[in-house]
Amino acid sequence: MCAKQVKKSGQDVGTTGHSWDGIEELNNPLPRWWVWVFYACIVWGIGYTIAYPAWPLINGATPGVLGASTRADVAAEIKRFDDANAPIKAKLIAADLTAIAGDEELKGFATSAGASVFKNNCAQCHGSGAAGVQGKGYPNLLDDDWLWGGDVASVHTTITHGIRNTTDPDARYSEMPKFGTDELLDETQIGSVVQYVLQISGQDHDAAAATAGATVFVENCVACHGEDGKGLRDFGAPNLTDAVWLYGGDEATLTESISKARFGVMPAWAPKLSEDEIRAVAVYVHSLGGGE
Amino acid sequence: MAFLDKHAAIEKHATLLLVLSFLVVTIGGLVQIVPLFYLENTIEKVEGVRPYTPLELAGRDIYIREGCYVCHSQMIRPMRDEVERYGPYSLAAESMYDHPFQWGSKRTGPDLARVGGRYSDSWHVDHLINPQAVVPESVMPKYSFLANAEIDGRYIADVMSTHAFVGVPYTTEMIEAAVEDFKAQADPNADSTGLQERYAKTNVSNFDGQAALTEMDALIAYLQVLGTMVDFSTFTPDASR
Repeated sequence: MCAKQVKKSGQDVGTTGHSWDGIEELNNPLPRWWVWVFYACIVWGIGYTIAYPAWPLINGATPGVLGASTRADVAAEIKRFDDANAPIKAKLIAADLTAIAGDEELKGFATSAGASVFKNNCAQCHGSGAAGVQGKGYPNLLDDDWLWGGDVASVHTTITHGIRNTTDPDARYSEMPKFGTDELLDETQIGSVVQYVLQISGQDHDAAAATAGATVFVENCVACHGEDGKGLRDFGAPNLTDAVWLYGGDEATLTESISKARFGVMPAWAPKLSEDEIRAVAVYVHSLGGGE
Repeated sequence: MAFLDKHAAIEKHATLLLVLSFLVVTIGGLVQIVPLFYLENTIEKVEGVRPYTPLELAGRDIYIREGCYVCHSQMIRPMRDEVERYGPYSLAAESMYDHPFQWGSKRTGPDLARVGGRYSDSWHVDHLINPQAVVPESVMPKYSFLANAEIDGRYIADVMSTHAFVGVPYTTEMIEAAVEDFKAQADPNADSTGLQERYAKTNVSNFDGQAALTEMDALIAYLQVLGTMVDFSTFTPDASR
């Protein structure tokens, strides 16, 4: 009663021979459009393996008649931009470092190229705005307080060779003694020289201890920080009389700095950046406000 | 098309269909996989790539344990923007001693394939302890606990033997000296001549700046070697590969 005769399609396609409870399975052919797409895919697939690298042979895969190569593509792409910039880069490399800022064309190129080099390579330590990380030992590049020199040539040297790294023999180098750890000074002496540093930097201090500290300072610190405590750039020794501090100028931090010393490291960029990139970023940093 | 009608015989015979399907998949698989083992150009020969030192290997395990690969890839793709940003594109040979490799495809953080030598050890310490202290816009979690987790390389020889088993050329000498090398790499005052002989251009440093040997030392040792083994000033990749 429920078994109703199914009406077959216009043409009689026959059945597969399967039948359950009177339900039969028709043997319709695949849709014509599907079959043609299927054959087209096979033909396209064969064409593709001829055009592009595909079949593995004994010594290597077939290269493909189009000669496609990702590596060649990227090399060509890089070359295209290098070629476009080649004249101005050559000019940048040939120019006198101090003259770049005076040449509008070079200055424009160097500061924009330098800004992108900076954001990619320098911002992680010096901050994306180049203000450094206060109290962590990453110098602010915006002010006019320079450890190793703030003229464009010094900045260029610092970037090229880095500071206190082990990879570049020409890296800027100096090492502050660990006055506490290596027992060069006792606790009282360190305490008094801390008071002296507080005094010369114009902070609250214990005058009696500072007087004692002055002697300790003369005997131990002047070789690098100078008799007036204003620092010496030959040693990257900071000025102790101003309000700019790399690690902090409070009593606790000064005590730690003197006891354990500091050893800030900057990588050498010569192996990673090209000369024109280093010049560009040097000019960029120099232009940020603190350049001498 | 009488020939094409023959497939009915296959479709109506389950076992035959299974056997023939298996055959087709096998041929397809063999054609794709087998050449990788015999073709010499699968991995181009590159000078400078060496197995990881025991400390770097331990750091690599910490890298994997902490799931660093979830946010950081280690594969510079051959595209201009990648090469300009990170350096020369990665070569297969550079991860041939990685089991498993850390190429990845997810970049919440930057690619780390050439992070070695880019930043100072103390930057890595500051950054791992509190990433936002040095990179305010970072979303990376803090890993300060690594600096408190002391390690002694007790099992590192076993790890190296396992890597040797899957094809990393660790020699018996290297495995025997594993613990010694493990400690020597993080101590600039120790005698590291043996270490330097066994592993070329090894970076010896007190990575975390504290006396104890910690997971922080191992992880930074690993990060500082990434992408530094091949000297791209003398090596130019073959463009036809």
